[in-house]
Amino acid sequence: MGRNVAIVGTGHSKFGNRYDVNIPELAWEAIKQALDEAGVDQKDIDFASFSNVGGWSSEPLPALVVLEYAGLTPKATYRVEAACASGSAAIKAAHDAVASGQADIAIAIGVEKMNESPTPTVIEFIGRAGNYFWEFQNFGLTFPGYYALYATAYMDKYGATEEDLCRVAVKNHYYASLNPKAQFTKPITMEMCMNSRYIAWPLKLFDCSPITDGAAAVILASEEVAKKLTDSPVWIESIGVASGTSNLSKRQGFLSLEAAVEAANMAYKKAGLNREEIVKHIDVAEVHDCFTIAEILAYEDLGFAKRGEGYKLLREEQTHKDGLIPVNLSGGLKAKGHPLGATGISMAVDLTRQLQGRVEKGRQATIVNGRALAHNIGGTGHYAYVTLYNLSKPRTR
Amino acid sequence: MSNQREQADMFLRQMEGFANEMKKAVGTPIIPEPKSGSQLWYDQREIKLKFLISVEKIKKFFHEGLAEGKLLATRCKKCGRKYFPPQVDCPYCKTSEMEWVELPRRGHLMTYTIIYVKPYSFGHYPDYTVGIAKLEDGTQVTAWVRETDPKKLKVGMPVRVEIVKREPEGYFTYELVPETEESQ
Repeated sequence: MGRNVAIVGTGHSKFGNRYDVNIPELAWEAIKQALDEAGVDQKDIDFASFSNVGGWSSEPLPALVVLEYAGLTPKATYRVEAACASGSAAIKAAHDAVASGQADIAIAIGVEKMNESPTPTVIEFIGRAGNYFWEFQNFGLTFPGYYALYATAYMDKYGATEEDLCRVAVKNHYYASLNPKAQFTKPITMEMCMNSRYIAWPLKLFDCSPITDGAAAVILASEEVAKKLTDSPVWIESIGVASGTSNLSKRQGFLSLEAAVEAANMAYKKAGLNREEIVKHIDVAEVHDCFTIAEILAYEDLGFAKRGEGYKLLREEQTHKDGLIPVNLSGGLKAKGHPLGATGISMAVDLTRQLQGRVEKGRQATIVNGRALAHNIGGTGHYAYVTLYNLSKPRTR
Repeated sequence: MSNQREQADMFLRQMEGFANEMKKAVGTPIIPEPKSGSQLWYDQREIKLKFLISVEKIKKFFHEGLAEGKLLATRCKKCGRKYFPPQVDCPYCKTSEMEWVELPRRGHLMTYTIIYVKPYSFGHYPDYTVGIAKLEDGTQVTAWVRETDPKKLKVGMPVRVEIVKREPEGYFTYELVPETEESQ
């Protein structure tokens, strides 16, 4: 397992329609903040993992463009791709470099500039994120469409309603309104959500995360270095990773993302946690709510709720700030925004700040256990990353 | 009313028009983004993205399958696993000894969605339904479903596979058709 690894610095740009900056300028906003927080200089960094999905944006080799702009050349780097979970993959790459002793300090950078292309082109590229030849070429699935396939099956089986889906949107827009980095700054009502137009039946406009530009960065350090840099490191306690079939037709069913269950169980096992009572161990979670149905599936895949009962947590407001397990107090992908390559790193940034008690008052969770969970999915359960962050140093590695 | 693809083309043509005027006026293709006013460089390069994808090893699926009105899968001669979409290698047996088999036509709908907001390259079609059906032999197939009224669609409803020509492109593909009482 190697050495302990801690987050020692975090950076997060404003998410939204960032027509005011290009790719490296946007990335630098997050990188500079992370360097300042960690109190390190570019020369101290041994390795930079870089997350960007791209296609819709102009730079095909964004890692190099950003590293040059940020004064990080000639540091070792590569771009990682795990669709919408690329950010978590970049954190894992940086984590592994530090844990294995290949680096003492590593930075994980995520940036996505989706608004460099017109919306139909962006829809096209995300729609191709599955199996291009067999599922896109002939049938033109879109990302809302992929998750709508899960929503249809889930609602039919368990009796969840479109109102239940909208409860996720209303909750997450509310918390986004308290997060100055979020794309959407105003709360929404149930009526606004229910009256919004269908995008991919049964998902409506307010069931969908937006097209977002944004960047995030975290600096990771070995235990020895972390102790020198900060009094309040946040440790990466465990990482679980799994994959799902590219063709959705190859899935067993459409009620759960099997890769997410697998990744969660792996992360829990490594941390020595019992899945049955997982909510007792976690103070706050960021889950991959690219669509409202995805947050409900996440509750069940992570063991926050029994199978078929995820939507009931919302009816009882158990995933609100003072509920059983607060989820997406950042506003989530749904309302904070979802710049694909930055999303997993954004989760790490917000959870680090949550654990350290330094997010905005109205959305600060009560920290008792000192443990937070990030659930980051790429594609429609194609890639799954579940990462546990902890204020206490992991005892055994 | 124009379709989504025409609307997208029109949007870009408008931007290009502005950029061309700016080039004439000040020599740079820089235009203001309508909402924020931020200055944007209108890309002076353009590519066409068309892939040439090998179907050499699965050409039977098209020539002897779809063109003759059949939906084919492959089956591993060793373990009997069926592959749809067809694979020419069985990774479990590590063999390429496969045979072509025809899939049953009847099954039921596992799930579906109706696509209203379309990708650029599908923007010329009317709204379409995509579903996943489980056929009688357990094989699962993703395809368009010939019904776009959500009230007439139901998880578990019987469907049959039909080989159809996709228009306006004019190529063979397969579609799921809800079974009505008359057709059964």
